[in-house]
Amino acid sequence: MEINVTRRQGGFLVDATFGGPASGVTALFGPSGAGKTSLINMVAGLVRPDAGRISVNGLCLFDVERRINLPPEKRRIGYVFQDGRLLPHLSVRANLTYGMHRTPAERRFVTFDAVVELLGIGHLLGRRPARLSGGEKQRVAIGRALLTSPAMLLMDEPLASLDASRKSEVLPFIAQLSRAYAIPILYVSHMMDEILNLADHLVIMDSGRVVASGELQELFSKPELQAHIGKENFGSVISTVVEEPLDASGLTSLRFGEHVLKVAAVPAGRGAPMRVRISARHVAVARQAPALTSFQNIFSGKVVQIGYGGESHVDLLLDIGCLLWARITRKSFLDLGLQEGQAVFALIKSVAVKTIALETPPSRFCRGSR
Amino acid sequence: MRLWQLTEVEVEALRLSLWVSGWSVAVSLPVGILVAWVLARLRFPGKNLLDGLVHLPLVLPPVVTGYLLLVLLGRNGPIGAALYDYLGVVLAFNWKGAVLAAAVMSFPLLVRAVRLSLEGVDQGLEAAARTLGAGPLRVFFTVTLPLMVPGIITGLILAFARSLGEFGATITFVSNIRGQTQTLPLALYTFTQVPDGEIGAMRLCILSVLIAMAALVCSEILARRFAARMKG
Repeated sequence: MEINVTRRQGGFLVDATFGGPASGVTALFGPSGAGKTSLINMVAGLVRPDAGRISVNGLCLFDVERRINLPPEKRRIGYVFQDGRLLPHLSVRANLTYGMHRTPAERRFVTFDAVVELLGIGHLLGRRPARLSGGEKQRVAIGRALLTSPAMLLMDEPLASLDASRKSEVLPFIAQLSRAYAIPILYVSHMMDEILNLADHLVIMDSGRVVASGELQELFSKPELQAHIGKENFGSVISTVVEEPLDASGLTSLRFGEHVLKVAAVPAGRGAPMRVRISARHVAVARQAPALTSFQNIFSGKVVQIGYGGESHVDLLLDIGCLLWARITRKSFLDLGLQEGQAVFALIKSVAVKTIALETPPSRFCRGSR
Repeated sequence: MRLWQLTEVEVEALRLSLWVSGWSVAVSLPVGILVAWVLARLRFPGKNLLDGLVHLPLVLPPVVTGYLLLVLLGRNGPIGAALYDYLGVVLAFNWKGAVLAAAVMSFPLLVRAVRLSLEGVDQGLEAAARTLGAGPLRVFFTVTLPLMVPGIITGLILAFARSLGEFGATITFVSNIRGQTQTLPLALYTFTQVPDGEIGAMRLCILSVLIAMAALVCSEILARRFAARMKG
């Protein structure tokens, strides 16, 4: 996917250029009002850019110079709206097949039965949208978009209107989609939690512009992007694999590179991919390996970079085989006499590590979840 | 017994009224939907003029509207003459003229109701249908139009009632010819002008009330059925 568009809306200028992988989930992240929805409306063909070019999987959808502007119905792009937008006068079944019937049979690679099973909406088919819960609506909306056998799926904060439990009802299905079908997904959100659950590729937007675009883990390690990722998200993201779901001490062991990270027990199978997020505030730094400590995770490494964190604290980027942020007080920083390149130990409390399972089996949602 | 027996004149008037009102609604509905759509969705110079023109019969005295129709569409009128020369259609002083008079008079009511419902249709749903592969025309017929149904029902009942009651424009444009243009109200008026017409007038009066009630009940049933359908 290659997107390069500009559009002026009143006093607001959207000027965005980014590329994304041809498969997997690309997250479009940014605060409200950053122009994310405008941008994907341009990709969908609902809003016309003033200039630029949009192409998806080699198909040119919009090109101002070549005077190409495919109407939305010709773009083969599935769109899951924030508010669902199911057609209220049609049953769930008719909503699902609305787009499917407009797709030539030879181009369909998504079947009705497979989608109904994947999303667990078999028991809803006869209902009208008015009688669905928020989570059910969004699942039907996802199914409806999927059944057009699209070349790409756009999701505009599909979970924003749902409460936490409904979110956890829908999220696994979205995670499953990109694996079940090789369709690239452009996922818009201002919630970093959702993005960490789903995305491999991250595009950060602010004030109508793309600030950065790249692999998610890599962007997290860039100090200059911390302001955009957000104070509460400031920290590191590390991809791991479950080595031992439940060891003798009641902890789960996760492997990354050479190291093993121990975290509070999480339900997961051996070998399952697991993303962990370690807030910089929860990483302590020592110059000598401490004896007798409650820290379960002690990694040796060195200081790569010293960043200004604020009046009273300093942000350190450590290399422990992967990059890790630590935020310590200015006093500790001075007491330890830290410099770039210095060998240190990073200490991480097991209970402070947030684990994000990348693959949640949706089977338990398959039957009536109301 | 004889009190409740409709005379031939009354039966003719009743049949003609239903016929004229039915045609009036049938003719004005598609045009009304189109005009409502144009007024609700398009922006163009002269839009206010069109809006005013559509609503004119609502504010003009009906006799004036009828007179304008006669001037424009009578056999010697600029439009009427052309219609006759090229299509062989005569509107003045026959039932077709009565249909036109009723349609023109009820048109603003129809357009208002339809336009209101059209403005209530969430354009986001139309956009969603576009992304599902439906072109603009198909979106209109499969999304917009079905969602306008309540307004269309209201528009239909208002237009039908207005057509049924149309008097001034009709009598001015197509006169009061028994079996041709003498609809219920015109027949009722005629009865009040003759010495022993009270009973006939009363029968037509009761008949009018019954038809109006029946139309209201019908629209209510349709509207409820639609609401139930949306609730699933």
